[in-house]
Amino acid sequence: MNRDGMPAWLARAIVNGLLIALAALSLAPLLWMLAVSLMQPGEAAAFPPPLWPKSPTLHNYSELFSRMGMGRYLLNSFLVSTLVTVIAVLLNTLAGYAFAKLAFAGRETVFRLLLAALVIPAQVSMMPLFLMLKQMGLINTYAGAVVPGMAGIFGIFLVRQYARSIPDELLEAPRIDGAGELRIFFQIVLPALRPILVTLAMFSFLGAWNDFMWPLIVLSDEHLQTLPVALASLSREHVQDNEMMMAGSVVTVVPVLLLFLALQRHYLQGLLVGSVKG
Amino acid sequence: MKPSTAGWMFAAPALTVIGVFFGLPVLAALALSLTDFDIYSLAHIENLRFVGFDNYLNLLRNPLFWKALGNTLYFVVVGVPLSIAVSLGAALLLNSKLGAFKPFFRTAFFAPVVTTVVAVAVIWRYLLHTRYGLINWGLSALGIDPVDWLGDPHWAMPSIILFAVWKNFGYNMIIFLAGLQAIPEDLYEAARIDGASASRQFRHITLPILGPVLLMVSILTLAGYFQLFAEPYVMTQGGPLQSTVSVLYLMYEEGFKWWNLGNASAVAFLLFVLMTATTSALMWLARRKGIE
Repeated sequence: MNRDGMPAWLARAIVNGLLIALAALSLAPLLWMLAVSLMQPGEAAAFPPPLWPKSPTLHNYSELFSRMGMGRYLLNSFLVSTLVTVIAVLLNTLAGYAFAKLAFAGRETVFRLLLAALVIPAQVSMMPLFLMLKQMGLINTYAGAVVPGMAGIFGIFLVRQYARSIPDELLEAPRIDGAGELRIFFQIVLPALRPILVTLAMFSFLGAWNDFMWPLIVLSDEHLQTLPVALASLSREHVQDNEMMMAGSVVTVVPVLLLFLALQRHYLQGLLVGSVKG
Repeated sequence: MKPSTAGWMFAAPALTVIGVFFGLPVLAALALSLTDFDIYSLAHIENLRFVGFDNYLNLLRNPLFWKALGNTLYFVVVGVPLSIAVSLGAALLLNSKLGAFKPFFRTAFFAPVVTTVVAVAVIWRYLLHTRYGLINWGLSALGIDPVDWLGDPHWAMPSIILFAVWKNFGYNMIIFLAGLQAIPEDLYEAARIDGASASRQFRHITLPILGPVLLMVSILTLAGYFQLFAEPYVMTQGGPLQSTVSVLYLMYEEGFKWWNLGNASAVAFLLFVLMTATTSALMWLARRKGIE
């Protein structure tokens, strides 16, 4: 017995039981999605709902790709997310490093202004941004979907926090030897920042992949839609085709889930740099 | 190139993007919200007129705006505390010395966070299906009649809250976990020697030390929950009886369905003001209670 009047084995059983229950609740919808996506059309519209496909089939997936153009949406999502990631990582890293390590006039003022702007929700900018991109002819183009994600305050902040730990001597020595700032950046700073670059890339990719409202507004042309937008409109037209919609969800969710599982250490670390230590 | 010049050169590309595609539009939105920009102005800009605060006044007279505001506040007031409580509970479980397989559980709890909201909303719409959903099947095993979760105005918002808590609790959990791990073990040791129970330890050690983390998590979660949009868009389309029309859902429909962009900008600004006021109030309250 411990001081709470509960035998140790019971406390252990309660904690682990609750952990298992919570894990079941978090994973059950995802596992069921997978199970239903492998069922025959119409099989899931039954009571009680089947938990497992009677004879698993990839029919829903082949339907999605052959008739619903899922391949196109998948490609659009990959294209938009990859473009956002590459550009955002480069621009945010340059700026984050500058705010951390390069003294320039007005640096603190600009940085404070950026932090203050963090509280403004992106949706406030959406109406004028739409009109602006319309003027520039970027509505219904990949560029229109990519443009607002090309740089971000959070990304700059993340890099700045991390870059501050680079020792000044590491940058001063090549400066004395006459190396240019760009060379120092690419040869010394970038390698030193590698761990946070992985984190930043993952944040950017996940953010772009999962984004919904902006692609919904800017990509009304069906051939350009990203997976979430396409899935939302498909699910409005095919309310009854549960099996096919679950397959669509699998295609949308699995790439980011795998990416997270592969790189979760970086992601969780970045989450903490961006919040607690802020 | 001198380091000071280099500083501006390095920061300029990102600052330009943020300035042109975010800063400028935010300022323009304020101007836009004072005009009657609609589908006619979209065709010919000469049709644009300055209307002052008419958009704002019309919104305050529009019952649907109040409905949307009420729905959003419902989502925030019930959803945020519930979400934080589940996050904290999960973090306490993961932090307990008694638990096993923690890396697995941590990943399992976090998995919903990285999923695409539209895709998992489609799953939940099916889980909540009146006739074929797993949730009603589970309730029927307990002898409870089927509930029309997304079709009954009383249940639609609670269903969306349930979904949002499931989707988001892992995020705050990670932050809480880091906060809990930073609490020195000897504090608990000392309390145990003095005979303090687990619940007293939680109230007098854990919660006060976690105060600043709790404040930050609350502000982040509030800001996120005020921006409710994709969930009602996919699960209920604002219905039934407009019970899940959120402020941003209203903004989207006003702006990009009816092309009343001036009106939509006013909606966005009112939401921004509301968010700022709420988070400022929370910070003020926290400061008065001595949490920094």
